[in-house]
Amino acid sequence: MFKSGVSQGRWEWKKGTNQQSGEDQAVSPERLLFLENKKKRKNQIRFTQIFLLIFILLLWEVTARLGIIDSFIMSQPTRILKTFANLSNNDLMLHLGVTCYETLVGFLIGACGGTCIAIALWWSDFLSKVFEPFLVVLNSLPKIALGPVIIIWVGAGTNAIIVMALAISMIVTVLEMLNGFVNTDSEKLKMVKTFGANRLQTFTTVVFPSNIHTLFNSLKINIGLSLVGVIAGEFLVSKAGLGYLIVYGGQVFKLDLVMASVIILSIVAALMYQAVVILERWITRLISPSR
Amino acid sequence: MQDLLRVEDLVAKYQADNGEITALEDISFTVQEGEFISIVGPSGCGKSTLLSMIAGLTKPTAGNIVIEGEPLVPGKVHTSIGYMLQRDNLLEWRTIFRNVTLGLEIQHTMTSENIEYVTNLLKTYGLYEFKDKYPSQLSGGMRQRAALIRTLAIRPKILLLDEAFSALDYQTRLAVTEDVYRILKQENKTALMVTHDIPESISMADRVIVLSRRPAHIQGIHTISFDMPDRTPLNCREHPKFQEYFNTIWKELDVHV
Repeated sequence: MFKSGVSQGRWEWKKGTNQQSGEDQAVSPERLLFLENKKKRKNQIRFTQIFLLIFILLLWEVTARLGIIDSFIMSQPTRILKTFANLSNNDLMLHLGVTCYETLVGFLIGACGGTCIAIALWWSDFLSKVFEPFLVVLNSLPKIALGPVIIIWVGAGTNAIIVMALAISMIVTVLEMLNGFVNTDSEKLKMVKTFGANRLQTFTTVVFPSNIHTLFNSLKINIGLSLVGVIAGEFLVSKAGLGYLIVYGGQVFKLDLVMASVIILSIVAALMYQAVVILERWITRLISPSR
Repeated sequence: MQDLLRVEDLVAKYQADNGEITALEDISFTVQEGEFISIVGPSGCGKSTLLSMIAGLTKPTAGNIVIEGEPLVPGKVHTSIGYMLQRDNLLEWRTIFRNVTLGLEIQHTMTSENIEYVTNLLKTYGLYEFKDKYPSQLSGGMRQRAALIRTLAIRPKILLLDEAFSALDYQTRLAVTEDVYRILKQENKTALMVTHDIPESISMADRVIVLSRRPAHIQGIHTISFDMPDRTPLNCREHPKFQEYFNTIWKELDVHV
C-alpha cells in the first residue's frame, strides 16, 4: 500500500512537470492567430443570437404600439413583463412548483421503472420476444389518447397528471435502454463469460456500465417527454400548474398570461435538461476520470 | 507423463435455420505441459468453435475434452483455462488494476495471495506504474499486455489465444507476439493459439495443427523445431527452415480463391 502511494506521487509529480513545460513552450504566431479567430467567431455567433432576440422583441413591441398588430390577440413584451410582476404577487411559485413536482415524479418513476423493465427484458430473451409487438404498439400510440381512461382510473388530479407523464416517458426508456443492453459489445460479453461470469455479473460488470451513455441519452429525452405529459395532463385536468395557467389564460383571452407561462415553461425545460447534462458530466467523471 | 489436455473425437454440429452444418469432425490431439500449439485452417473452418468448446463456452455434439485426466463438464467454464480474444476488451471505465483483476473478481478469488501475484505480474511486465490509469491512456501494445495479465491472473493451466493479435496493425502485432511469447515462456504457460496467419503460427509454435476446410478434420500435425539457443518469434523467421515449414503448411492448407 505504502509503495503504491509512492509511485502514485511520483506520477503526479511527473504530470506536474509535464504541464509546466507545456506552459513554458513558446506559442507560435500561427497558433495565436488561430485561437484569436476561434474566439472571434464564437463572439460573433453569440452577438448575433442576442441581437436577433432583441430585434424580434423590439419589432413586436413597436408594431404593437403602432397598432399594426393587435396586442389583445398577439400580446406584447411590456405587457408580458407586467404580467410577470403580477404573477409574482399571485401564485406563480405555486403553479411553477406543481408543474416541477409532477414532472420530476413522473420523470424519476419513468426512468427507474423503464430501466427495470428493460433489465427484465434483457435478462429473459423469451420475455423480450413476447413483449416486443406490444411495446411497438404502445410506443407508436399517442399516449394523450389515453387521457380520459387515465382520469377515470386514477381520478382527476395530480395522480392522473403523473401517470400521463409516466405513460409518455416510460415506454421510450424501456425501448431505448433495451436496445442499448442488447447491443453491448459481444466480444466483451464473451470475455467475462470466459471467466465464468453469471448473468448478474455480466450485467453489473459489462452491460450496465457500458450503457451509462445510453441511460443519460434516454434521461435527456425523458425529461422533455415528462414535461409534455405533465402539460398535456394539466390541459385535461388540473387546478394548478403552468399547463393550467396556459389553458386558463386562453379561455379568458388573457394572452399576456399565456405568453408569460410559455416563457416560464421554456426556461424550466431548459434548466431541467441542463441539470441532466450536469449530472451526466459529474457521473462520468466519477466513474472514469479520464473521459 | 499425463497429457495436460486431451481432445478426443470431437464433433461439432450447428443447427441453423437453413439446415445442419458440421463444423468439426473427429478432432483428436493432445497437448503437453509447457507446449505452444498453433492451429491454422482456412477461414470459417471452425477454429474458433474448437477453442470455444475447450473453454467450455460451447457444448460439443460428441467427443471428450480431458484436462489433466479430468473430463470437462460440457457447457461449463473451466477455471483452469484462460481465454484471450481478438481485441483486448479492456473495460474503459475501470482502472488497469481493476481490469486485470476482473477475472478474480468474477470468480470471487480476490485473496491477498492472488492480488500479490497480479501485482508481481504488473511489476514484472512494466505496467505497475499504470495500474491506476485507464485503458485509453495506454498504447496498443500495453493494452494487449494488460489483457494478457488479466488472463494470467486466474492462473490458468492452459491459455487459449483466439486470433489474439489480429486486431493490431502489422508492426505492433510483431512486437506484441514477441512480448506475449516471452511472457508465456517466462511463466511456463501452455498455450493453444488459433490463427489464420501461417508465419505467425510457425513463429510461435512447438507444433502446428493444420485443419481442413469445413467439415474440419485434422489435415496434419507438424513439429516445429529450430536449432536455436534462444528462439523468439522474430529471429526464427530468419531461419532457413522457416520457409520450408511455410511451404509444407501452405500446400496442406490447399487454399483456393
